[in-house]
Order: sequence, then C-alpha cells, then structure tokens
Amino acid sequence: MNKIIKYVILDILKNRIVIGYALLLLCMSLSVFNMETDTSKGLLSLLNVILIIVPLVSIIFSTIYIYNASEFIELLVSQPLKRKNIWLSLVAGLGLSLSLAFIGGCVLPILIYNGNGTGIMIASMGIILTVIFVAIAALSAVYTRDKAKGIGVSILLWLFFTLLYDGLVMFLLFQFMDYPVEKGLVAVSMLNPVDLSRIMILLKLDISALMGVTSAVFKSFFGQSWGMILSISVMLLWVIVPLSLSVKKFKIKNL
Amino acid sequence: MIIATNVTKQYGKLKALDDVSVTCNRGQSISLIGPNGSGKTTFIKCLLGMVVPDSGFITFDKQNIAKDWKYRQHIGYMPQTGRYPDNMTIDQLLRMMKDIRKPFNPVFDNELFESFDLGKISNKRMSNLSGGTRQKVSASLAFLFQPQVLILDEPTAGLDPVASEILKEKIRKEKEKGKLILITSHILSDLDDIITEVIYLQDGRLVFHKSLENLKKDTGKDRLSGAIASVMSKIQTR
Repeated sequence: MNKIIKYVILDILKNRIVIGYALLLLCMSLSVFNMETDTSKGLLSLLNVILIIVPLVSIIFSTIYIYNASEFIELLVSQPLKRKNIWLSLVAGLGLSLSLAFIGGCVLPILIYNGNGTGIMIASMGIILTVIFVAIAALSAVYTRDKAKGIGVSILLWLFFTLLYDGLVMFLLFQFMDYPVEKGLVAVSMLNPVDLSRIMILLKLDISALMGVTSAVFKSFFGQSWGMILSISVMLLWVIVPLSLSVKKFKIKNL
Repeated sequence: MIIATNVTKQYGKLKALDDVSVTCNRGQSISLIGPNGSGKTTFIKCLLGMVVPDSGFITFDKQNIAKDWKYRQHIGYMPQTGRYPDNMTIDQLLRMMKDIRKPFNPVFDNELFESFDLGKISNKRMSNLSGGTRQKVSASLAFLFQPQVLILDEPTAGLDPVASEILKEKIRKEKEKGKLILITSHILSDLDDIITEVIYLQDGRLVFHKSLENLKKDTGKDRLSGAIASVMSKIQTR
C-alpha cells in the first residue's frame, strides 16, 4: 500500500499544480499578515480565504486527478493488489500531497506570525477540510463514469457547501423565526463541514460580534468544550462516511 | 486450474456473458473465439477480477477469486489496448511494476523486453508511444513475472510481422513449459500451431469448448480458420 501512495505522490508532484497551489496560499498568507498590523485581524481575513479556496482546490483537483488516473487504476487492478488498498492509497496520496501544500502555504506562516491557539485551530481546520473534500471528490468520481459529469457534480457540491447552504439556512431561519428552532439549527449546521469548521474557529476566537446565529446558538447550546468535541467527531464522520461509501462502490466497479 | 461456473454479466440491457461455464487446466493453451461483442474480453476481465460477475463464480486453484486477490500473482495479462499512465517513461513503468510484484515474483524474465529492443527507447513517455510499441510494452509486462497463466487479449493485433513472430515464438516456448495460455485473436492463422483447445462464444453464450483435434474432426477441415468458418456459417443458418 505504501508503494502505491509513493507513486501517487510522485505523480502529483510531477504535474506541478499542487506546488502552484502551495505558492498561491503562501502569497496570500504572507500578504495578509504583512498588511495588517494586528495579526489576529490578519488571521480572520485568512479564515475566509481558507474556507473558500481550500475546499475548491481540494475537490476539483482530486476529482480530475482520479479520472485521469483511470489508466493507472486499470493497470493496478489486474495486479496482485487488493482493490480496497488501491483506492485508499490513491485517496491517501491526494490527501497527503494537498495537506502538505496547505501546510507549506498556510500553516507555516500562521505559526510564524500568530502561533497561538486560534492560529493552530485555523491550521488544523484547513487540513481537515482538505481531507474531507478529497473524500467527497473520491465519492463523486467513483459514482459517475462520465468525466464531465463527475467534475460538474464536484463543482456543484462545492457551491452547495460554501455558498448555497448558508443561504438556505438563513431562509429557513427567517421562515420559522417565531418558533424555537435553535436545536434544529445546530443539527442543520452539522450537515455542512464548511459551516462546522467556521463555527469551531469562531468558538475558539470567542468574538461574539462575528459569530453569526449558528455559532451563537452552538455556544449557548453546548458550551465551548462539548461543542468542540462534538464538532470534531462530526468532521471525522465527514471523512469516514464518503470514503467508506466510495470504497464499497470501487470494490464492485467494472473497469 | 481456472473453473468458471454459470458466470453471467449484464451491462444495462446487454447480456455480455450469459451462463458461461468452462474449465481451464494447466498445460492447455486455449483460444477464445467469437464474433465482435461476443463477450471474450468481458470473460477475460472477469477472470482477472476487473469486472465483477452479476451471478456465478470463478475459482482459481479451488479458491473463489471474489474473496481472493493474491491469485493474480500467477497471471500475466496483456490487454487488448494497453492503457498506461501518460507521464511515465517505459523504464519508470517497468520499475514500478517490478517494485509492486517483487514480493510475489522475485525472478524476472526480460527476454521479450530485450528481443523487442525496448531498452533503446526506455526513456520515452508512454503517451508518445505508437500503438504497436505500446503492445510490445504490454507483452513484455505480461511475460516479465514468469506467471503460470498467461492471458493474452489480441496479442498480435497492431504488431509488425517481425515483432509478431517474436511474440508467437515466446508463446510457444511458454506453452512447452506447461503453462496455461488463454488467447483471443481474430487472426486465426496465428493460432493454428499454438493452441490445443477452442472456446467459442456467441452473444455471451458458450457455444462449445472442444479440443482442436475434435473440432477439426467434427468439421472435416484441417485448419483452424476453415473449421471456424464452417462453424460460423452453420450457426448463422440455424
């Protein structure tokens, strides 16, 4: 299994997109930290960038990469290798190289400029989001045979999680304002990994003015530590569920 | 050695394989024959576990292949159209395959690689290779690990006469060693002196599985191509 991960990572490094992604993140974090005199403000500006760009690049790059690796997959499936291991290695290779790019581009500058609890929280959320969106990409790529369709599904999923979902929640909230919907709101925000990571970072920052409805409810509902534990376990589920579904499908896929 | 029992595979409405049962034993060299779209490649892919049958099962040395993956160490597979990672060179591809199969097959057979003279172009990327050269790479890979079973899907299609002769010579040599060889080909004259058995598929159904001698006797023809032609016309008139 390690061998395949090695070949996947070597292949990803060869096509240089991931290196470009790391450089882009690095430029953004350096410019943000150098423009703002207050580093915690810089951290907040970076937060929004991370919540949008990291999922986008992770999901699109992974989907396209998996489709382009179809020859590689076909070759490996006829060899004495377990199908599950082939698939997991492919996903692990993607997750590792994209996380490394994120670490190089964002985590290091954050640690240098603002290595406190909030910085570490943002950094780890970025890594978890990377892995989650690689897993979602794996799921959409294994279920759709057609490349254009698969990439389309991935783009739609990204749009949904980063933009549409919040609008939908807001809409529902206004519709049912007269009822006690807080509990429902918490449940609903669990269904979106991007929302969850935003909530977690804001909980850590403890800036009530910036919190927004969901995280305010979240905080009053769970308190800080319980909220954290719950959110982390849900985010892990966001990795495990898409990944195991995709493995299940890949095991019986016709190549 | 390989026993397929009631294997059925359906793609949408199309029945690619319909209740196929065959037995292949060591030392046989079997040719899968049938018109285009008769299920030959699907059958081969089922043997390799690349396609999972809807019903029925296949055993390799009495092990059900659905729950096993190690059996593939005994197989060398040459696909109809070899698809390889585009930005790898021949050399990198070979090294990767050796690396992956080293734990199972530590001794390599470089004969085809050398007789095809692939060493000269080993720095070329797979995406820049011609169809024939790609076939040569596929063939070298199939024989590289000295497997007990060779599955060759249209091995000589796209090869020049010299390369095709080299490959056929190699197949004959491996046959002498008592390996099980499965070949599909439409160039029947290629098969005449290689094969001992014929499996005939049509529309996903097994029409017959006979030894070459019996087939020739039954049809009264002394060459495979003549025998198959008479079988085909008989089926069409039926």
